[in-house]
Amino acid sequence: MSRLVDALAPLALIFALLAGWEIACRVLDVPAYFLPTPSAVITSLWTDAPTLLISAGNTLAMALAALILASLAAQLLALLVALSPILERAVKPLAVVLQVTPVVAIAPLVVIWAGIDHPERAIIALAAVVAFFPIFSGAVTGLKAADPDLERLFDLYGAGRLKRLLRLRLPSAVPFLLEGHKVAAGLALIGAVVAEFVAGSGGAQGLAWRILEAGNRLQTARMFAALVVLGLMGAVLYAGLARLERSGLRWWRGR
Amino acid sequence: MGPFVAELAQVEVEYGAGNRVLGPVDLALAPGQITALVGPSGCGKSTALRLLAGLEPPARGEVRRTTGKGETSVVFQAPTLAPWLSAQDNVALPLELSGQPRASARDRAKAALARVGLSASAEARPAQLSGGMAMRVSLARALVTEPRLLLLDEPFAALDEITRRVLADDVLRLWAESRPAIIFVTHNVEEAVYMASRVVVLSRGPGQIAGELTVPGPAPRPEGFRTTEAFRATVEAVSRVLAKGMETTP
Repeated sequence: MSRLVDALAPLALIFALLAGWEIACRVLDVPAYFLPTPSAVITSLWTDAPTLLISAGNTLAMALAALILASLAAQLLALLVALSPILERAVKPLAVVLQVTPVVAIAPLVVIWAGIDHPERAIIALAAVVAFFPIFSGAVTGLKAADPDLERLFDLYGAGRLKRLLRLRLPSAVPFLLEGHKVAAGLALIGAVVAEFVAGSGGAQGLAWRILEAGNRLQTARMFAALVVLGLMGAVLYAGLARLERSGLRWWRGR
Repeated sequence: MGPFVAELAQVEVEYGAGNRVLGPVDLALAPGQITALVGPSGCGKSTALRLLAGLEPPARGEVRRTTGKGETSVVFQAPTLAPWLSAQDNVALPLELSGQPRASARDRAKAALARVGLSASAEARPAQLSGGMAMRVSLARALVTEPRLLLLDEPFAALDEITRRVLADDVLRLWAESRPAIIFVTHNVEEAVYMASRVVVLSRGPGQIAGELTVPGPAPRPEGFRTTEAFRATVEAVSRVLAKGMETTP
């Protein structure tokens, strides 16, 4: 019974807020271009569903491509850094500078490099930059996170560098890698949307572009509809990855 | 080959220049003997153990060992098992790392698990084991290489009293099967006297040997050994040396 209440409580709140919004818009006669009623947003969601879904698919595809790219690059670099302390000292300051530079600031450059005809390349590259760091720092931390006493046992049994990496450091890093990928996936989506705004081209046809396009035409209900789709997509992506992380950890620990 | 398995000769350890944490210490471990190393926290007991294992170099003095590669095993305070491996794979790890084929490593691991009474849990992961069971797996991993020198670094510190006693008897029973030299670090005097035939007391840091006592009585210990007069008297004697070692401030 209480679980039912727990599940219904947020829905009831959302419904109450929407109802208040609808009533306020109608009573105060708010113009639709300023704030559309929830019913208008729902109508737009329904009628624009085909375009919105295709756009959502495009944004998601770009975010996932960025995630894969970032994952490969970050793990490869982390592995090299783990093998060479000198390389780690060399890479660290650069990595920090790149990390604290806002992605929006480097976007125009990347757009030029990717070529004005290939906005999707620029978007994927920018989203990958954002997704890179959680995976990289997770992997670097994880590769050093092996139990020091286990490290001593590996010393005692005379394990070489490769054996130590494969049989101790990589397996020890798994929980950190799972966590890093979960965070990175959310960031890749945000990065893709931000990059789409900056690229400002219809060529990639993602959700951000739908928002821009609708905004330019003052189709505010459509903007809201695109935002709703974006929010839902983010929530589903996060929930899916959190689930993946949990089952990954279960597999790692055996329970 | 000397009459020792491992020996510390005038050994000193420093963490940072001039910050001596141990020594000078002379300590020789005879083959087949169980030595307990007791002392207050921070007196360098675990450091002495790592020196004997060759895991750490001394600042001064010499560490001599007659054990070959793979003939030394360590059991730490925590079970220190790899969470991603089954109990059996954890036990097989030392053999596999020293280049044994997987199949024979697994067979020997299975036999070692049987010796500690955990055959039924061979496929279990560490997270599925109780603290006492995990410690037994750790013990099996230390024994699987048939070491000549076994170093136990407060292995029962995290366990409850009943599990401690059961495991202490397990260690003595296993020791009797192959008689490796054992050095056993603890801060529990009764446990030291129960387990060892020789108790070495370290003083407060920088640890130096404050005294050394021989424990009379048969090994492994017979039923009711803890209630004998000899046991009580030795515990008293060790406690007195320990108390004196606590007073000497550097």
